[in-house]
Amino acid sequence: MNVVVTGLGTTSPLGGDVPSTWEAALAGRSGVRTLDNDWGETYGVPVTFAGQLAVPTSEVLRKPEMRRMDPSAQMAIVAAREAWADAGAPEVDPDRLGSVVSSGIGGVWTLLTAWDTVKERGADRVLPLTVPMLMPNSPTAYVSLEFTARAGSHSPVSACASGAEAIGMGFEMIQSGRADMVICGGTEAAIHPLPISAFASMQALSKNNDDPAGASRPYDVKRDGFVMGEGSGVVVLESEEHARARGARIRARVLGLGMTADAHHIAAPEPNGVGQTRAMQFALERAGLTPADVAHVNAHATSTPVGDMIEARGIRSLLGAHADQVLLSATKSMTGHLLGGAGALESVFTIKALEERTAPPTINVDEPDPELQVDLVRDTPRALPEGQIAAINNSFGFGGHNVALVFGTV
Amino acid sequence: MALSQDEVLAGLAEIVNEETDIDTAEVTLEKSFTDDLDIDSLSMMTIVTLAEEKFDVRIPDEKVKDLVTVGDAVSFITDAQA
Repeated sequence: MNVVVTGLGTTSPLGGDVPSTWEAALAGRSGVRTLDNDWGETYGVPVTFAGQLAVPTSEVLRKPEMRRMDPSAQMAIVAAREAWADAGAPEVDPDRLGSVVSSGIGGVWTLLTAWDTVKERGADRVLPLTVPMLMPNSPTAYVSLEFTARAGSHSPVSACASGAEAIGMGFEMIQSGRADMVICGGTEAAIHPLPISAFASMQALSKNNDDPAGASRPYDVKRDGFVMGEGSGVVVLESEEHARARGARIRARVLGLGMTADAHHIAAPEPNGVGQTRAMQFALERAGLTPADVAHVNAHATSTPVGDMIEARGIRSLLGAHADQVLLSATKSMTGHLLGGAGALESVFTIKALEERTAPPTINVDEPDPELQVDLVRDTPRALPEGQIAAINNSFGFGGHNVALVFGTV
Repeated sequence: MALSQDEVLAGLAEIVNEETDIDTAEVTLEKSFTDDLDIDSLSMMTIVTLAEEKFDVRIPDEKVKDLVTVGDAVSFITDAQA
C-alpha cells in the first residue's frame, strides 16, 4: 500500500502556519529569543531564552478552546486544522480516519499550574478538566474529536522522537489497512521553569543567554547544548489510492520507516551510533532504496557537543562516499528543539524541501566541526536535484529511541 | 457586601461565556444548563468551581444536581452570600 502526504500544518517559533514557517526557514531566520519573564531572577532558572511560538495560540483559538486544552493540545489543534484544510478538508468515512499526535512531555503546564492551585487555594479549587488536559494523549484525543477520527487515536511517547514515531505509526496504520487517512504529528509546550531547570540540570541546554539567536548551532565547533522550542507539526497521510480517487494534491510520498532502540543509557546516545544508523538503514531498506537515492537529510542535530557528531558519523557510514552529494540541514538551528514536536515539524520541512527541491539552511555555523563529512547547507538554501529523489528525517529521544523516516518526491 | 441578583447573573453569564462561548445574553434565569444551554457535566462542574471562586461561596457537590436552571444557581449564590 503506497502512502502519500496530502496535508501539512504547523505552528512554530518561525511562524503560525506552514507558508510563514517555511519562508522564515529559507531566509535563515532564528525563532529563538530572550523570554519575556522573570524566571531567571525569581527562581534562578539558568537559561533565559527559548523558541516560543511566533503566533500565540490565543490569537487563533476561541476562549473556551484555550480554557479546555493544555497549550500542547492547543498547538496541535492549530497545526491539525491547517493540515486538514491543506488536504482539502474532505468528507471521509470516520471509521477509516485515524489520529496519531504525540507529545514528549505532556500537559506539563496544566499539571504544575493545578499543583500551584492546590498549594495556594486548596484542593477544591482544582478544575474538573485538569486530568483530560494534562494527559499526554490529550492532543490526539482532541484531534480525533475535532475531525471525528474513529479508526484509532494514538500517542506513542518516545521523548524527542515522539513526533516522528507518531508519523511512523500513521504510516503503518495505512499500510496495514486500518485507515485510509491519518492525521499525525507531534506537539510540545514545555517552556516552563521546571522543564528548563531540569534540562539545564543535566547539562543538555545551551546557556548562551547573551546571544539567544546564535545559541542553537548544530555542527559548529562552539555548540554547547540544545535550545528549548515549542510548537507542533502535523501531516495528513493517506493511501495513494484514496488520495487519487478524490483528486487530492499529493505533496510527497512516505517511503520508509526505521525504528530501533539503543538499550545503552537512559539519556546518553550510544557513542558509536549503531542504533541510529540501523534505523536509517532499515528505513531505506523498507523503502527499497539505496544510498544513491538519498539527496537530503534533515538531521536530528540538536546542537549538543556529543550528539551531533554521532549522528553525522552514522550518516557518513551509511551513505559512504555518496554523503558528499547529500545536502544536510539542521533546522533546529532556527526553531530550537521542539522535543515531541521536533520530528513532526522537521518532517514538514523535509516534505517541503522535496516538493520545492530546496534544502533549508543551517544557521550559526561559523566554524563547522572538522570531523563533519556530509555536505552541510549553511546560511542560504540550496537546490536539490531533479528526478525521483528521497530524503531522510532523523529523530532520536532520551531513552535510546531512534526513528528514521524516508520521504520521496511524487 | 452581597451582590444583587442581576450582578450575580451577569457574573455567572461571564463564566458560562468563557467556558462555552455561549453569548452572555443567552444566559437568562429560566434557561436550563443542560437542556437549553447544552452544558455537559464536566463543564457544569467547572462553572461551579469558577463561581465558587468568583462569588466567594461554597456550593456542595451534592447541591449541584439541584441547580437545574440559571435562576436556581443565581438564587443559591445570592442566598449563600447573604
